[in-house]
Amino acid sequence: MRLSPKLVSLSVLALLALVAPMFFPSGFYYRIGALIFINGLAVTGLVILIGYAGQISLGHAGFAGIGAYACALAPVHLGLPPALAVVLGAALSAGLAWVVGRPILKLQGYYLAVATLGLGILISMVLTNESQWTRGPDGISVPDLGLRGVLADMGWRLTAGQFWYWFSALVLFIGAWLALNLHDSPTGRALRALHGSEVAARTVGVDVARLKLNAFVISAVYASVSGSLLAMMNRFVTPEIAGFMHSVEMVVMAVLGGVGSVLGAIFGAAILTALPQALTMFHEYEKLLLGAVMILVMIFLREGLLPSILRRFRGKEE
Amino acid sequence: MADLLQFLVSGITVGAVYALLALGFTIIFNASDVVNFAQGEFVMLGGMITVFALAAGLPLGLAALIAIVLTAGIGVLLNKLAIEPARGAPVVSLIIITIGASIFIQGVAQIVFDKQIHRYPGISGDAPLRFAGATILPQSLWVIFGATAVFVALWLFFTRTLTGRAVLATANNRLAAALVGINTRYIMTLSFGLSAAIGALAGLLITPITLTSYDVGIPLALKGFAAAMLGGLGNPFGALVGGLLLGVLEALTAGYISSQYKDAVAFIVIIGVLFVMPQGLFGRKSTERV
Amino acid sequence: MSLLQVEGVGIAFGGIKAVDDVSFAVKPGEIVSVIGPNGAGKTTLFNMISGIYLPGAGRVMLDGQDVTGLAPHRLAERGLSRTFQNLQIFQAMSVLDNAMAGHHLRERSSVLADLLGLPASRRRTRATRASALQLLERVGLTRAAFREASALSYGALKRLEIARALALEPRILLLDEPAAGCNAVETEEIDRLIAEIAAAGTAILLVEHDMKLVMRISGHIVVLDHGVKIAEGDPAKVSRDPKVIAAYLGTDAAAASREEGADADG
Repeated sequence: MRLSPKLVSLSVLALLALVAPMFFPSGFYYRIGALIFINGLAVTGLVILIGYAGQISLGHAGFAGIGAYACALAPVHLGLPPALAVVLGAALSAGLAWVVGRPILKLQGYYLAVATLGLGILISMVLTNESQWTRGPDGISVPDLGLRGVLADMGWRLTAGQFWYWFSALVLFIGAWLALNLHDSPTGRALRALHGSEVAARTVGVDVARLKLNAFVISAVYASVSGSLLAMMNRFVTPEIAGFMHSVEMVVMAVLGGVGSVLGAIFGAAILTALPQALTMFHEYEKLLLGAVMILVMIFLREGLLPSILRRFRGKEE
Repeated sequence: MADLLQFLVSGITVGAVYALLALGFTIIFNASDVVNFAQGEFVMLGGMITVFALAAGLPLGLAALIAIVLTAGIGVLLNKLAIEPARGAPVVSLIIITIGASIFIQGVAQIVFDKQIHRYPGISGDAPLRFAGATILPQSLWVIFGATAVFVALWLFFTRTLTGRAVLATANNRLAAALVGINTRYIMTLSFGLSAAIGALAGLLITPITLTSYDVGIPLALKGFAAAMLGGLGNPFGALVGGLLLGVLEALTAGYISSQYKDAVAFIVIIGVLFVMPQGLFGRKSTERV
Repeated sequence: MSLLQVEGVGIAFGGIKAVDDVSFAVKPGEIVSVIGPNGAGKTTLFNMISGIYLPGAGRVMLDGQDVTGLAPHRLAERGLSRTFQNLQIFQAMSVLDNAMAGHHLRERSSVLADLLGLPASRRRTRATRASALQLLERVGLTRAAFREASALSYGALKRLEIARALALEPRILLLDEPAAGCNAVETEEIDRLIAEIAAAGTAILLVEHDMKLVMRISGHIVVLDHGVKIAEGDPAKVSRDPKVIAAYLGTDAAAASREEGADADG
């Protein structure tokens, strides 16, 4: 019997998350793991937008910024519990994506790229400049999620690193599960169809504008939740979270790993998150190496790292 | 009134640089369908190489020449090593490749040069000129003069020379151009070299006003990209209008509304224009062929 | 009453009339062919009928209702479906997924249900899958179901497009050169397939260059030349029409045929 790709992806993901801590030399690695999962979440949203629907965005860090600052500001100014602040951020991101997405998604290719880029930059500019709220470019502290304390009361004591490792793994697992459900659903098929040929998708009845908007909104929510988690884990956030380079980083992670598949994109997130940590000795050369990796992978492994590696393995079997 | 004049002058100066950047995007896009996000790095290289050539004791003219020639060479290398091998890749991949190139060039620049902020004196000194109540840096005039010269020269090149017409023909229809015997690979190489040289020129002209460091490229590239899209990607005239428009709008916003949000103008305008005219102001309208 | 009625439609590109004042009708279950030399405007006509181009003049009526300028996906909801001359396959998807995508209108559900993988969503996918497999069997692609579409031969892709279009259970199907680039065996298969579809009650509007195929299966033929309708009627009538012969063979032949006619008269 053929195992469904969904089951395989989720099992691999769960297994790796469970096994990896056994090899951690120090507590510090839990944080890197958590960072990988949090980036993986944003990137999973981009799989839906770029991988399924074929629409580019160079501004998704803007939604991460909204999610992050919702967690910084809503508990203080609105008295919301941090968990609800995450939901508020996601709702704001979804709302903004829905309003702006309608006109923006009529654009194609580079025109869509510049419009989304502009959106992201505008969000980061608001976060930088409205310093009476956001405290400006120096950043702002973020209240604790509070869940760790609850767990401790229940007798389950975790370090902050451990808590964020397991919590973000759980959230990523749910995010991946949702995205994989979508892949083989009517909506997912329609998204992949409009990616393949918009004209043909229209002629089989796909309301292309509506579906693109769906993908845009869903991916915005992923980015927003990812931003919320990042802010709460670091207990601090600066407007850089919404900046152009963060948007680029997300897209690069997704495409480098293989934007066509959830697992591939998360793999890309893992590589690009861990790489700078591994290369701290070569800090001077970090940019140079990152740039070279981006170019080389796109030239020689066009589908992305994971699909290319898998293909090579299958090739050997045959 | 003096205020307005002041804002217009600084707007046109910056706008001229944006126009040159947009022109660089346009030339490369026409030859290869690639939007080259590394365009801003050419501007950075133009400034930085000049800085270090001057520091080595070379006269400004020679330093500028070296900067332009070296940058043009880097443009050609970029095409040969990163763009040509990726022929036919989807838009997302091409975006990543050119952003990757941009980061790579920055990475090299921070090692070869340094991470400091640099400037050198303007060509005609730094003593401001006074005109109708506004102060104008002589270097501003050099920037405007340089941009004008580039656009005129390019216009002559495209309309009067065989190679220029070959470039236009390639932009119009690559296959047809190849069929009539135009070496489209050569045209691509030429376009990258030309584009890089134009970027370098912009960089070495603007550095006395805005200063330079290894990381000025990306923000400049984004503005130039916005200007190119505003004018309509692929249209040199659109690049000129888009660049100037953006520069002036920024200066007016900084002067009358908020200097914090001056950088927002580019993107508000571009989003607004694209809503109404999805191909930019002067872009070609394409009909879907099925 | 006719199912599809095209009334004086026309469109110009850059001042050149690609299609000018073309009218004709298709009755339910009928096979109508549009023929004409290259560049006669056949595909452009198709693009206007299927909502991809907005006609500059005239109207398109479906079931007596004006559907001119309606978006393609709205036309699909009203039972109009089509294939493309230059294949528009969802390349990165499997053959089965391509056929399943054609079921979009019947399986539409809420995004939330799809994200959560609710039983309703999964049930729909199962039903679609069964139906898509049947369609693939009908066009002879069962064995290729799990291959990537881009791996298929040209002729197979043509049939896949027909299967995808049939998934909508259309009342009228527009086929743009379904046999172009196919070998004799494949052409015969497509010929049989079209006849079956029509026999099942779906009207067919066909653009095709293979005259033998057109003459054999069409009930009615519309002839275009330079964007203008120059003749229409049953195959026998059209094939004798001097204007049609002229359009296909050049004016010399037409003159010759006119002279022949004159001789006969005299």
